[in-house]
Amino acid sequence: MKVWVPRDAAARALGADEVVTALTDEAAKRGFDLTIVRNGSRGMVWLEPLVEVEVDGVRHAFGPALPSDAAAILDLSGPKALGPTDDLDWMKRQDRLTFQRVGVIDPLDLGEYEAHGGLAGLRRALGMSGQDIVDEIKESGLRGRGGAGFPTGIKWDTVRLAEAPQKYVVCNADEGDSGTFADRMLMEGDPFSLVEGMAIAGLCVGATKGYVYLRSEYPDAIATMQEAVRRARAARVLGADVLGSGRAFDMEIRVGAGAYVCGEETSLLNSLEGKRGIVRAKPPLPALEGLFGKPTVVNNVISLATVPVILEKGAAHYAGFGRGRSKGTVTLQIAGNVARGGLFETAFGLSLGEIVDDLAGGTRSGRPVKAVQVGGPLGAYFPPAKFATPFGYEEFDAEGGLIGHAGLVVFDDGVDMVRQARFAMEFCAVESCGKCTPCRIGAVRGVETIDRIAAGEPGLLPLLADLCETMRDGSLCALGGFTPFPVMSAVTHFPDDFAKAREAAE
Amino acid sequence: MMRARALPFRKRPMTDLADRVRDIVADHAALEGPLLPILHAVQAEWGHVPEAAVPVIAEALNLSRAEVYGVVTFYHDFRERPAGQHVLKLCRAEACQAQGGAGIAKLAQARLGIGWHETTPDGRVTLEPVYCLGLCACGPSAMVGDQVIGRMDREKLETLIEGLRA
Repeated sequence: MKVWVPRDAAARALGADEVVTALTDEAAKRGFDLTIVRNGSRGMVWLEPLVEVEVDGVRHAFGPALPSDAAAILDLSGPKALGPTDDLDWMKRQDRLTFQRVGVIDPLDLGEYEAHGGLAGLRRALGMSGQDIVDEIKESGLRGRGGAGFPTGIKWDTVRLAEAPQKYVVCNADEGDSGTFADRMLMEGDPFSLVEGMAIAGLCVGATKGYVYLRSEYPDAIATMQEAVRRARAARVLGADVLGSGRAFDMEIRVGAGAYVCGEETSLLNSLEGKRGIVRAKPPLPALEGLFGKPTVVNNVISLATVPVILEKGAAHYAGFGRGRSKGTVTLQIAGNVARGGLFETAFGLSLGEIVDDLAGGTRSGRPVKAVQVGGPLGAYFPPAKFATPFGYEEFDAEGGLIGHAGLVVFDDGVDMVRQARFAMEFCAVESCGKCTPCRIGAVRGVETIDRIAAGEPGLLPLLADLCETMRDGSLCALGGFTPFPVMSAVTHFPDDFAKAREAAE
Repeated sequence: MMRARALPFRKRPMTDLADRVRDIVADHAALEGPLLPILHAVQAEWGHVPEAAVPVIAEALNLSRAEVYGVVTFYHDFRERPAGQHVLKLCRAEACQAQGGAGIAKLAQARLGIGWHETTPDGRVTLEPVYCLGLCACGPSAMVGDQVIGRMDREKLETLIEGLRA
């Protein structure tokens, strides 16, 4: 009997290891021959730990599993039986490209990776010129999935055309935004896709060395990526002779040290160099003067891990998904107070309301939704009145927000938006690298100003708006520059909360 | 606030420190930009980055002490003093706030009798805030050592803290 129990950190945080023990014990008691595969998560976090059992070649889902469910699961019955995994509504409605293998395969089994389409993109890339690869990526419409949305093909072309004795590919895996976990799930569930994407990037731009800058808060992802790199090297996917092509590319996993600002690409580069994670002024662009001053591709995990499927299936196939200038798929991360949270990969274009009310099923608490923060701690809070906004880069920009890394955090009506605005400023103050004044000082003054507003000085709202404008226009990077998004969206869309503060004070 | 005096991570007397730090630096000699990996390795050995390690690292890497010290103090992960025997991290970020994280944090502080970044007087538990563990669909989340815990509630927290203090 073959059984899958995820090794994903979310599944483990909800007791997956205990379920494995219970299943093993129960099988031993029955004299069953049980094979347990620790796969990635299918992304249905509300059903984790989600156990799958193979029945006549079809995987059947059981969840959320408790150790006490072991006997019923092995009997293929009980209240946790959900039927074939692929028939579940959440799975059927997705367009899984980047996440095609996550939850399906054993993440560290290179043979299974290859059997499910892995390495096809890299093999194809080895037969292409750097120019051809860039053209393919440009045609796919892939844009940076870390938040900035910059066209990946153009970035690669800049690095490719730069002349230098050494170039680098750096993967930004410093996924610090609250409400986002796609990078973590990908690295834990299909690490070879990131290895393959980085190798393709290296071949394309002429870089022989890659780094993954991975946050220390993700011990499981670190262990999985390190093992994946070791295995890829042993199988000659990495090294001096990539897949027998005579061309070199190797990579290393580097662990961050708990600084949120290192998710900003120039600060990340400084950190990789062994310095304080201070933001660098741009220009020069990292594409021309990046790591150790050399031309460097810096891309997010999801951007790089999407490259293999683009080369495997062709740019046109990928670009066939999405809307307008937001082409391909987006890996939505639905989080916070939701009935159904998790990862949902779909073409761009779903409305915010469809995601929150339909996919997520509203709040877990059962109370009405009051606000949804989209794009992490630097993203705007959207009220239900804005739920018609389609999920796309330009569409969110037009509404005074951003999609960022596509994380959504849902709050019910118990949330106090004055506190959320204050938290945004407080977070910026804690995490500021200190280089530019609008961020370093502005965030501190922001906390103080919001405290005074909360204590009954509504006359200070214009001062707060003015401060936000200074931070937005005067900060070097997105930390100070975008903190005004959550703050001002709270002020603009939830004026009652700010008025209540005055009444309470009076 | 009382700082814990217990030094559970220290495996060898301080006299050996400089030699051992030089060994660690040598182990990382092949790396480009080795300072962060070195500091992680030093902290893994002593549970913090001892002040005496800073000049040794600086000399070995041809950096100034100020540069190394500046890096140690920039990153939240690096400690200048040892933590308690267990480090309990609770997520303070938005997704966990939306699921009652603030209440969990308040309860943890009350039960342990300490605030953020503090250690219980018996040296058992250090309480740290963390800004996102990537468990945002099953919060509030927590971490003890490398073990992650999702859907933290009052009952689970009480049991956890009892276990850590025992």
